[in-house]
Amino acid sequence: MGTSWAISKRELRAYFTTPLAYVFIVIFLALNGVTAFYFGALFDRGQADMQPLFGFLPWLYLFLIPAVAMRLWAEERKAGTLELLMTLPVSTFNAVFGKFLAAWIFTGIALALTFPVWITVNYLGDPDNGVIVASYLGGFLMAGSYLAIGGFVSAMTRNQVIAFVIGAAVIFLFMMSGLELVQSAFRGWAPDLVVDLVRSFSFLVHYDAIIRGVIDIRDMIFFVSIIGVFLFANMVVVDLKKGS
Amino acid sequence: MDRMLQIEGLTKQFGSFTAVDNISFEVDRGEVLGFLGPNGAGKTTAMRMVTGFLTPTAGTAYVGGHDVTLEPQEVKRRIGYLPEGAPLYEDMTPSELLGFVSDVRGISGGAKRDAIASAASRINIEHVMHQAIGTLSKGYKRRVGIAQAILHDPEILILDEPTDGLDPNQKHEVRKLINEMAKDKVIVISTHLLDEVDTVCSRAIVIAHGKIVADGTPVDLEAQSELHNAVTFRLAEAESEKSKSAVEAIESVDRVVEGESADGLVTYTAYPKDSQIVIDDVSAALKDAGVSVQEIQAERGRLDEVFRRITTAA
Repeated sequence: MGTSWAISKRELRAYFTTPLAYVFIVIFLALNGVTAFYFGALFDRGQADMQPLFGFLPWLYLFLIPAVAMRLWAEERKAGTLELLMTLPVSTFNAVFGKFLAAWIFTGIALALTFPVWITVNYLGDPDNGVIVASYLGGFLMAGSYLAIGGFVSAMTRNQVIAFVIGAAVIFLFMMSGLELVQSAFRGWAPDLVVDLVRSFSFLVHYDAIIRGVIDIRDMIFFVSIIGVFLFANMVVVDLKKGS
Repeated sequence: MDRMLQIEGLTKQFGSFTAVDNISFEVDRGEVLGFLGPNGAGKTTAMRMVTGFLTPTAGTAYVGGHDVTLEPQEVKRRIGYLPEGAPLYEDMTPSELLGFVSDVRGISGGAKRDAIASAASRINIEHVMHQAIGTLSKGYKRRVGIAQAILHDPEILILDEPTDGLDPNQKHEVRKLINEMAKDKVIVISTHLLDEVDTVCSRAIVIAHGKIVADGTPVDLEAQSELHNAVTFRLAEAESEKSKSAVEAIESVDRVVEGESADGLVTYTAYPKDSQIVIDDVSAALKDAGVSVQEIQAERGRLDEVFRRITTAA
């Protein structure tokens, strides 16, 4: 665990010594502002909640998270530092988890920086803070699953652009699997069980439940499982592709 | 048991291509092993398997008795490794990088400070410790890479082309450092610089096409040279015919080859039969012939000639 944390610390420092962290946080907050206030009409709808902000979050994350995840492994492979890292007494799990954790903490920091909106709705009205806490938790878990997928894709290539595009596409599929567009494509021929299974993989279905304030442990388990499965797949890919 | 590093039947295939083909050898404490071979011979692949980066297709390496395929972490703890090209995190400073390597290796507190300070001073990078590695010259980057490898005072040091891209002064320093560390460690360096083998290595293994083609001390290798114990002499052009036939008449001399001529002087090399020592006979023959010789010397043999012959055969 100490080893994972040493790797996380190194990664986090790398985010903040390069412009990456600042660019990401500024763009993330600006887009959050635009979507929540302009498209989501956070003020005009006259409700003291953060629904507009959290409603758009999956779509912002769709292209911002793969941008964080794309460098996780592709950059190390390209620069050759993967050899340096993996010949230190570091297990594949330590490396995969350490890198993931750093990226997750980083996106968590960015998400936490939306706190002025929370303060504002509390100042202007009387929101259900329980729902808001649940929404933050849901957003954080969703960011984690996006990152796990993005990291897994990043481990398959040394090209960051490819990692970004494929990562975003895979995340998009996971998002959409609950929507009518995808569901109707299955409903015609597949048994109900399969249709429900596809739907159960949807990020949006689970996330919407959480941000509506319905805290169901199964939704949490879903996101944690996605993270677990993709981190495991990430380990396998790192081991397989180390030398190529 | 003093066998620090033991390699048994190490093999690596990439698809149908065999990069390293069943190599076995052992290295004892105190040895500096030069791993020689033309580019693409499999040096780097072999080192990557010993350090646990690549998984062997067959065979294994034992480091201090630990099998790298079964206990990779134990092996990695005992090895200091400079990968080919010295890849480093360029956005970090040497101080941060060495701090990170200490953390990962479980060195903390005062021991961490001491380890970093000692590595930095041995490798002479103290004055660049707080500059981003990406902004450093190639020589400094290489040195930071070596500092990272010696940080935990490893029993085994594996350096892939440690002096590649360094200027002659820096090369000299790195070689001096290797010699200083040699007595209580196992050091394996890969190189294609043959003078390096002469100056730092106590033993050389030559590999070509993934196989070991020679294994011995640098002197052993030189002795395989055709030129070993040959005699080179230089004299005035006017006396060349006379002296050539005098030397050719010696029974133990195989042939005499004319070399370069300049300023009215000609160089000849007399190759002995079966590497016999012929310098006394040659100088006596020249004296008997009444020739005044400007210069005469016995050859040790040339590594580059041996290297070329054994790596291009097969």
